[in-house]
Amino acid sequence: MSGLEFLIPLLAAAITAGTPILFAALGELITERAGITNLGVEGIMLVGAVAGFMAAVATGSPWLGLLAAMLAGGGMAFIHAILTITLRANQVVSGLSLVIFGTGLSGYLGKNYVGIPVPQSFTPVPLGPLADIPFLGPIFFKHDILVYLSFVLVIILFFYLYRTRPGLNLRALGENPAAVDALGLNVFALKYIYVVIGGMLSGIGGAYLSLAYAPSWLENMTAGRGWIAVALVIFALWNPVRAMLGAYLFGGIDSLGFRLQVVGVGISPFILDMLPYLFTVLVLVFVVARHKGRLTAPGALGLPYDREER
Amino acid sequence: MNRLAFKLEKRLNPSPAMIAIVPLISVLLALLLGAIFLSLTGQNPLAVYATMFGEALGSKYGFTETLVKAIPLMLSALGISIAFKMQLWNIGAEGQLYMGALAATWLPLTYPNLPAYLMLPGMAMLAMAAGGIWGLIAAIPKAIWKVDEIITTLMLNYVAILWVDYLVYGPWKDPKGFNFPFTAQFPGAARLPGLGDSRVNAGLVLAVLLAILLAVVFKYSRWGYELKVIGASEQSARYAGMHIKKKILVVLFLSGAISGLAGMTEVSGIVGRLQHGISPGYGYTAIIVAWLSKLNPLAIVLVSILFGALQVGGYAVQVVGVPAAVASMLQGAILFFVLGGEVLTNYRIRRAQRGEK
Repeated sequence: MSGLEFLIPLLAAAITAGTPILFAALGELITERAGITNLGVEGIMLVGAVAGFMAAVATGSPWLGLLAAMLAGGGMAFIHAILTITLRANQVVSGLSLVIFGTGLSGYLGKNYVGIPVPQSFTPVPLGPLADIPFLGPIFFKHDILVYLSFVLVIILFFYLYRTRPGLNLRALGENPAAVDALGLNVFALKYIYVVIGGMLSGIGGAYLSLAYAPSWLENMTAGRGWIAVALVIFALWNPVRAMLGAYLFGGIDSLGFRLQVVGVGISPFILDMLPYLFTVLVLVFVVARHKGRLTAPGALGLPYDREER
Repeated sequence: MNRLAFKLEKRLNPSPAMIAIVPLISVLLALLLGAIFLSLTGQNPLAVYATMFGEALGSKYGFTETLVKAIPLMLSALGISIAFKMQLWNIGAEGQLYMGALAATWLPLTYPNLPAYLMLPGMAMLAMAAGGIWGLIAAIPKAIWKVDEIITTLMLNYVAILWVDYLVYGPWKDPKGFNFPFTAQFPGAARLPGLGDSRVNAGLVLAVLLAILLAVVFKYSRWGYELKVIGASEQSARYAGMHIKKKILVVLFLSGAISGLAGMTEVSGIVGRLQHGISPGYGYTAIIVAWLSKLNPLAIVLVSILFGALQVGGYAVQVVGVPAAVASMLQGAILFFVLGGEVLTNYRIRRAQRGEK
């Protein structure tokens, strides 16, 4: 087997495997930029995955499935918003309860959907002449439409954050909400909106697993990807483009392990399955250590906003 | 917010009445929400709850099973509470439990002929060391570079579970086990004695004693007091000359060690071997238990029993066709209400005066 014959499919697979993590990471990035940590991504993805799958089975349309996943994800995040923004609950514990609740809810709803096929899933669509570019074409442009959507989303989000007025306000929301308040903007409403949008994106990440990647429903099918997405936001230093690179790096590790199993390298599949988790720990330690603990996290991340304590 | 014309006013001291009432009402509201959900999905909620709690609390067998499930919950929640006191978010109890189970299993598999007085303490020590080291792996980068312990402890859960799977599907698989993913049965000396003729083992006594010990440490010792201070304000703690880095290492080690002990009581007291899926998520449920108990060790004992009942009830309703996942749904919902209700403990809700923002 020549090098390229191994490398091109591996890199293409890295993108597919990285896409669910990318959607979830972008959702978490928006949420954290608004000053809220939502550790519930794993639970939101699961609920998104099952809701998307159920809707796609019921209607036959993967697009309606995607819509259902967005609504479900947004709904889950809305719970987190009520608890942490209005009721000023501890964000860490609220997020954890979202994971536990989401695991239970998705397991309950998905009980009768395990092992059944979805009538139509998202399948690869080569992107016209772009797909014929040597080397890059097969890696980037022979995917399903959600992958292309994620490319566009990264670009839009990057410009929104760094080149627009509302994007500046979003960054300020996480750094110094009192300043946003002083501009006459409604801090609470903005936080609600961004937390819910973040949940919708995590929901899409879940639906990507059940409607494109797998495509099927399996209890706990996210297998920690939601948590990896949370970690990814930290090593991406809250930057969408870095989040994209990070997501594909994880996708790459994931598919590398899988490919090594197929080739048969004589390492137990259980050990190879550990790679993405160990890699997450190592990269996190490496990135944080390199910045000597002084990461550019949004200044007011995790703190409830109280107008009286301005 | 303003249009609602309600205002949250911070209480100087949390309301003691609310501290007691909020968790109780939260459980009831969560059950109510669960009932609505069950009826929406075509179940009879009363029948489901009757089955759940009837099974878990109604018979002697059911109640002892509830206690059996409560043991690992108690131990893990106690471990978690030490870390949470200091605002160290150790959510790796599940992995620490698995590592404890793994290390405890190594002894009887390697030296099956040890007498019980060496075997059992040896297994407990190994389990605590392994769980503690698993906590320490997250503690070291936290202490040196402030690496977020939430992510590292959680990622290590997956690693620990896969490690156990590797062993029970591979090198440690029982040769006479018809290919099932478990190790050989432990010799009698490696089994924790039961209480009476039930499946409840001596781990229960251990957990309750530990809870009392921790209650005393939290309330009366300088060490316990320092945890609270560091948790409340790291800066004040540093000014007061407390060694925060050393504390992070010690606390996460102890926290992990206690969860590791839960792994030992499972393999030695309940199953008698290491097997795939040795914990159905005790380490995660224990987080809810710890929070619901307000990190109070004695409350943890009681709340663990309640959650043990939920676990047993969750299995019981499967017989009538309801997925066991209903148990974790209810657990999550309880926590939502507790968190939401805490606003009543910490704030006074008052109608805003006209013109007041």
